[in-house]
Amino acid sequence: MHVVYPAVVSALLFATGVYGVLARRNAILVLMSVELMLNAVNLDLVAFDVWLRDALHSGQTLTLFVITLAAAEIGLGLAIVLLVFRTKATINVDELSELGERPR
Amino acid sequence: MSLLHGLLAGTLPGPPGAAAAPTYLSPSGAEVVFLLLGVVAVASALLVVSTSQLVHAALWLVVTLGSIAGMYLVLTVEFVAWVQVLIYVGAVVALLLFGLMLTRAPIGRSADLDNSHRWPALVAGLATAAALVALVVDGFRSAYIDLAAAGTAPGSAAATGATIFRSWVLPFEVLSVLLLAALVGAIVVSRSTADGA
Repeated sequence: MHVVYPAVVSALLFATGVYGVLARRNAILVLMSVELMLNAVNLDLVAFDVWLRDALHSGQTLTLFVITLAAAEIGLGLAIVLLVFRTKATINVDELSELGERPR
Repeated sequence: MSLLHGLLAGTLPGPPGAAAAPTYLSPSGAEVVFLLLGVVAVASALLVVSTSQLVHAALWLVVTLGSIAGMYLVLTVEFVAWVQVLIYVGAVVALLLFGLMLTRAPIGRSADLDNSHRWPALVAGLATAAALVALVVDGFRSAYIDLAAAGTAPGSAAATGATIFRSWVLPFEVLSVLLLAALVGAIVVSRSTADGA
């Protein structure tokens, strides 16, 4: 297996995630795009681990850690999104501009 | 680019006992399967970021994550593949669907899922894709993974378990503390509004 194949698939997935994070309004869709980016990185980690035959399997272990971190992130992120929905009755990220300097 | 290529080729350690890479014109069966899974993954990822139905985005995400698990299997990393299926497809997508339901996501098409920065975002995404693809193609053109190399399976549950509980015990325990902290944090964030604070 050429290393280029997983690397290119991972690059395309990452770019898709970048587009999703920038273009989507719904906070949950933004979280989904973040998951896409994390998965792209995981694919790269696994491919390079298999390629380099690392004795410590650092790529696979880091992938497992990233998966765990993603689970923690999605739990906290959804709690925050639900809190925002209760207080503001919307989860459109471009309507949540209280922290910006200039008024909308 | 050629300087970078030389730099990468000069500093990156090659796999032990690497043979000359076969040509790109005669793909092996594993490569064909991997590329098909990659096409499915990228296409459904594009649908995740472009569909106009919220619930469909979560379901296309299942397809993407599942085909990534398939790619892990092709790369002989079994344990990570099953963890991917269990945690991502099982837990994370279920949580996302819960979130969609609890925020009263509309069933059916919604017209305003993209914000006004759609075209700059498209430009940024395409630029990221072009830069990353050019970089990895230039840097790793001659690198080859010998999936059938002699030795034990690198991704079997036995190998992964031995590595985690011998070499990575401390990060593993730190990670469990972090998960506990995230759990407590999520409960605190949810409770503070439940009692009207």
